[in-house]
Amino acid sequence: MSAATAPHAAQAQILATLAAHFGDGVFSISRFRGNLRLFVPKSRLVELLTALKQQCGCTYLAELGAADYLGYPGRTRNRFEVHYVLRNFDTGGSVIVKAGVDDPDPSLPSAYPLWPGADWMEREVFDMYGIRFEGHPDLRRILMPDEFTAFPLRKDYPLRGRGERHNFPKLTRAES
Amino acid sequence: MPVHLLDEPELESEARQATWTLNFGPQHPATHTTLRLILELDGERIVKATPHIGYLHSGFEKLGEHLNYNQYVTIVDRKNYISPPMNEVAWHHAVETLLGVELTPRCQYIRVIIGELARISDHLLCTGAAALDLGAFTAFLFAFNLREQIYDVYEEMSGYRFHPGYTRVGGVLYDFNDRVLDKIRKVLHSFPKVYADMSKLLFRNRIFLDRMRGVGKLSKADAIAHSCSGPVARASGVHVDLRKDSPYLAYPELDFEVPYCEEGDCWARFMVRMEEMKQSVRILEQAMAKLPSGPVNLPIAEKLNLPDKATTYNSMEGLIQHFELIMPNRGFETPVDEVYAAIEGPNGELGYYLVADGTEFAWRVRTRPPSFIHFSVFPHIIKGHMLADVVAVLGSLSIIAAELDR
Repeated sequence: MSAATAPHAAQAQILATLAAHFGDGVFSISRFRGNLRLFVPKSRLVELLTALKQQCGCTYLAELGAADYLGYPGRTRNRFEVHYVLRNFDTGGSVIVKAGVDDPDPSLPSAYPLWPGADWMEREVFDMYGIRFEGHPDLRRILMPDEFTAFPLRKDYPLRGRGERHNFPKLTRAES
Repeated sequence: MPVHLLDEPELESEARQATWTLNFGPQHPATHTTLRLILELDGERIVKATPHIGYLHSGFEKLGEHLNYNQYVTIVDRKNYISPPMNEVAWHHAVETLLGVELTPRCQYIRVIIGELARISDHLLCTGAAALDLGAFTAFLFAFNLREQIYDVYEEMSGYRFHPGYTRVGGVLYDFNDRVLDKIRKVLHSFPKVYADMSKLLFRNRIFLDRMRGVGKLSKADAIAHSCSGPVARASGVHVDLRKDSPYLAYPELDFEVPYCEEGDCWARFMVRMEEMKQSVRILEQAMAKLPSGPVNLPIAEKLNLPDKATTYNSMEGLIQHFELIMPNRGFETPVDEVYAAIEGPNGELGYYLVADGTEFAWRVRTRPPSFIHFSVFPHIIKGHMLADVVAVLGSLSIIAAELDR
């Protein structure tokens, strides 16, 4: 694979395959620093991911995460966005799929049936942002304790917490 | 008279009744850090393993939204603390991809050198500790001794032994001097002996082989489906290495090979790491020979690097630039956009999804942590093995809890 040009050609190939399959109006495209991003509405997300996996050869889910855009400069799209970084091992092409969700009750279809590797990454997104993934087999908190009620990576959650740590019940040696 | 025979025992439910539950961790010598497993055992055979993580969750990603791009390098050091410089290279690779800047040739080579040193240091710990957990103590000591020498390099180049905090946006903290280069040569000189010692102790060690071979098998299809990367994926026959697939820094100019295996068991992962260390030494030798002269940081006009003291005190431009970067509410400007950039870390794909809002503070710092993803595979590959195999599999996946929980 020639390093400099190949990723771009591979991305063009992915786009051509998708265009043949979907036509116009399903997703919008943007590029930045070699990243190719497809913005897709929630209703077409699974369809797009399936097509990417089965028809474009993006068999590898490299990364899944989310971000909260509450108060982001110039923001007009949804409050939360979940990103899926997919890669095609044969051509070296990679593509980022972005799906937006909003309060209240943000939820997206799970990518677990397509990539079992999405299991823990979706649990982390749920833990940190409260975005539920429909169809995930075991959507529990993963990093925060089960009794935690807030979603700490949301922008309206303060850096120093809301006293969870400060008010934590302490056992003395005599009580233990 | 027909004798009433007893029904067939319900094997399924009886087997379930016979299982017992064992709590493994959060503090256990073989977990090395804090992670916890709930093991459901049938005798000594593992029926089900449920990992519970988060004991070391420190809000590193939240902190990334409140520290600027240079300050955050101290936090990324503490993610995979076995190979801090590689984290720094990954972090600033993402920031520089966002800013769209091209590093100076010398800086690219310096980053390759510290990254590969970190890879050797990480693999020495991983392979050494894998042996330690299975009772081969001596190999671990040989490995750790060489790690000491790598720490000496960190100390000489940055002033800090464990968490160097060495890279900066658009450059590094200090340029390499002759003493640093001497210490790196010393590491390269010592390596073949350490490798030979470890290989003689382990490669034909019957006990070690029996504990590693055929244990914790991960098939190629599963490795891809579960998003595995790095040595774990390569040991299962997935030919993937970001240094080759999407080259960054000076890697295209360096000649090296990517080792892989087809077996996918603990032994394959161990051997892939051992071989990778040899390749890293090969990269280091070439990079040391080719290390270009010239400036290490970007010129002042780029408005990214802090000018050195001489420039700050003796030139107006330097003074202005120093002021602009140091004073609050100034600093450098970033695009209002986002980028995903990853490098090949010692454990696998180490990436950052970085959302910038125009200021010098990130809006969102998402780490793609290889330990987290590899640990999610653990319950699948441990199923059906013995309790004692837990430490072998944990060791071969190289789970670093600080990176796992962030």
